[in-house]
Amino acid sequence: MSEAPQTAGSTSLDEVRAGLTGAGYLPDEAAALVSFLAHQLGKPVLVEGPAGVGKTELAKALSRWTQRRLVRLQCYEGLDEAKALYEWNYRKQLLRIQTEAAGTAWQDVQEDIFSEDFLMARPLLTAISTEEPVVLLIDEIDKTDQEFEAMLLEVLSDFQISIPELGVVEATTRPLVLLTSNNTRELTEALKRRCLYLWLDYPDAERELEIVRLHVPDLPETIMRRLIEIVHMVRKLDLKKPPSIAESIDWARALILLGATDIDRSVFERTMSIIVKHRTDLDVVAERVGVKLDDGILGKAERG
Amino acid sequence: MESSARPNAGNRGAIYGGLPEGVPPGLAPQLVRFCEELREEGVKIGTAELLDSFDALGHVSWTDREDFRETLAATLAKSQEDRRVFELVFDRFFFRAVEAEAVEKGLKETRFQGGERIDLDDLRQQIQAAIRAGNDGEMSDLARLAVAAFGGQGETSGVIGVDVQRIRRTLELRQQGRDAQADGEGLDRDNLRRFEAMLRRELERSLIHRTESLPPSKPLAEFDRALPGGPLQDLAQVHRVVAQMKRRLATSGHEARGRRRSQVVDVRRTMRASLETGGVPLRLRYRPKRPRRPEIYVLCDVSTSVTSASVFFLSVLHALHDAFRKLRSFAFVERIDEVTDIFERERSFRAVSQRIAREAGVADVSGYTDYGRVWREFLVRAGDDLDPRSTVIVLGDARTNGREPHAPLFGHVAERAGRTFWLNPEPRLYWNYGDSVMAAYEPYCDGVFECWTTKQLEQFVNVIAGRPELPS
Repeated sequence: MSEAPQTAGSTSLDEVRAGLTGAGYLPDEAAALVSFLAHQLGKPVLVEGPAGVGKTELAKALSRWTQRRLVRLQCYEGLDEAKALYEWNYRKQLLRIQTEAAGTAWQDVQEDIFSEDFLMARPLLTAISTEEPVVLLIDEIDKTDQEFEAMLLEVLSDFQISIPELGVVEATTRPLVLLTSNNTRELTEALKRRCLYLWLDYPDAERELEIVRLHVPDLPETIMRRLIEIVHMVRKLDLKKPPSIAESIDWARALILLGATDIDRSVFERTMSIIVKHRTDLDVVAERVGVKLDDGILGKAERG
Repeated sequence: MESSARPNAGNRGAIYGGLPEGVPPGLAPQLVRFCEELREEGVKIGTAELLDSFDALGHVSWTDREDFRETLAATLAKSQEDRRVFELVFDRFFFRAVEAEAVEKGLKETRFQGGERIDLDDLRQQIQAAIRAGNDGEMSDLARLAVAAFGGQGETSGVIGVDVQRIRRTLELRQQGRDAQADGEGLDRDNLRRFEAMLRRELERSLIHRTESLPPSKPLAEFDRALPGGPLQDLAQVHRVVAQMKRRLATSGHEARGRRRSQVVDVRRTMRASLETGGVPLRLRYRPKRPRRPEIYVLCDVSTSVTSASVFFLSVLHALHDAFRKLRSFAFVERIDEVTDIFERERSFRAVSQRIAREAGVADVSGYTDYGRVWREFLVRAGDDLDPRSTVIVLGDARTNGREPHAPLFGHVAERAGRTFWLNPEPRLYWNYGDSVMAAYEPYCDGVFECWTTKQLEQFVNVIAGRPELPS
């Protein structure tokens, strides 16, 4: 990796952990380590995990910590190279051709319109051609098709982009690359081969408590514990969409707004639509969790 | 893991089981060997990964077990599935490496020998407390103690799985929610499983000490890979199987999205392409075609002979619901009834079966399948909704119990629907024997399939999603 242009100098694992925490993200052991390795080795990271565990947030935190700009490429079905890599600004090119008097030689025009003035840089080209190193986030890579993945390979392994009319654009700086996937489809071996792999899962109760505390510091400790406990219980049910960390935080905020002093059954039933978003899921949760709130099973476990 | 960094890992003889002769000392060969074991377990590891892992290991401290493990995992195991195999192989590999070293050097622990009796009640309580607290260190110490206590009584059977269960029984470790009377007393399932894994390892260790050699390393049993085995009681398990299936389905078949008919010109890209020819659009560019999302009507026989296959199949389809534009399921025995709602609401496998039995008006007098009546009623209930975009899937053994098959009526259904498939949960060999009338229905179907393994099911789901068949 010695040829990497402008690697940010070496850091230690602890620095990474502290840096991410300082940026408002509490990484678990694996997340900190993989971020550290990505930083040291200059390799892209493939982050997989269920929705709402903070995959995108990790990229944002990395950008805050390293004080690099975040360049984001949101993937979707049908995304093509014109929107991801670069595009010729054809309107401008047409205008150029038309304003050109008939006298100009074709050769001149052609050389002129395929220059960088007429090139619109899309996220990937931006990420490798900026002066300052950036954090490149390729979000929800699993939403695109395999052809697109194949196109990414050149960028990810060599940090360069070939533009037929211009030649190869090489990275002046090496971006820190994160790819996220909700794991809805298997990614190609070739792509995985070029990446470090990080699986993010729902955090355990203690860590989630810290995360919520970090974001909603005003919520009383007892309610917070109870909230986390309920969220964890809800996650254990087989729901269509289990509550994410973001939803725990939203719920905590809502409880503050409502001025709740405790989560009892009525509060829970009024607010549970914040963490559960499917009609059928709502029924299941009301049935399984609502009842427990009544007979104080939760209160008992609170000691532990 | 400690041993992996030691320089003198060289001259191990083949008598220690898995480790080959002539492996040069140092970490590198051990790591290569570790990767080979992973490959044997089906994890795809290329040279690139191996090199990455070396690179990465240069940046972390090897004395921290967790860091070492996570580093290897991040570079070698590139999916959740791989990660699970990785954990198992990692434990096994480095555990064995340490043990081999110990055997070689003739190291032996002085264990709790029979001399002092360990108070069983006391031990029982300590272990239950430790599992409840989920404290790894304590649990592993106690696991060692438990094995010593039982080993001292000469009660080992030599089969590790049997011993684990015996110890668990004696210690009265019950899982939460499993036994009704133990409610509240039960232990957290994950912690209990971790404790069992520790017991297993301790037993293995003591076996190695007794025999002074490593048993040959066995490939991970299918069981360890934790596919749901036995009766599928839990839809959650079905969902897990399906999640895997879904990912595979989503991956394959992209190549089939051609641009064949009903193309729409993409103006922007056409203009862009025209610039190569000086602004004259010589070549048209088209919008890519979106994949087909079929409307599906499933008709499932739920008479006793095929219930389990039907309910499983319906669960799978419902778990896959977002692959389809519309999914309506019907259950039938003598009569037919719509059960879409039940599958959307119920989460437990057993509850689904019970509700179908209780609520759906499928049984009448005899309890035998009456295909004629079923087709007639289906046409009345859903006939008008069928159109060329809809796919009808019938799951049944086509055993009419001697009744008239009413094939032309079925033909009527098939005519209205765009595609019709028949899944038979019996092996093809048994079709058309006895009262099976598969041959009568077959001509009306676009395809008939055997369906008694998950693999066949997956094949079939691939077909209905309009994709090429998977290589078998």
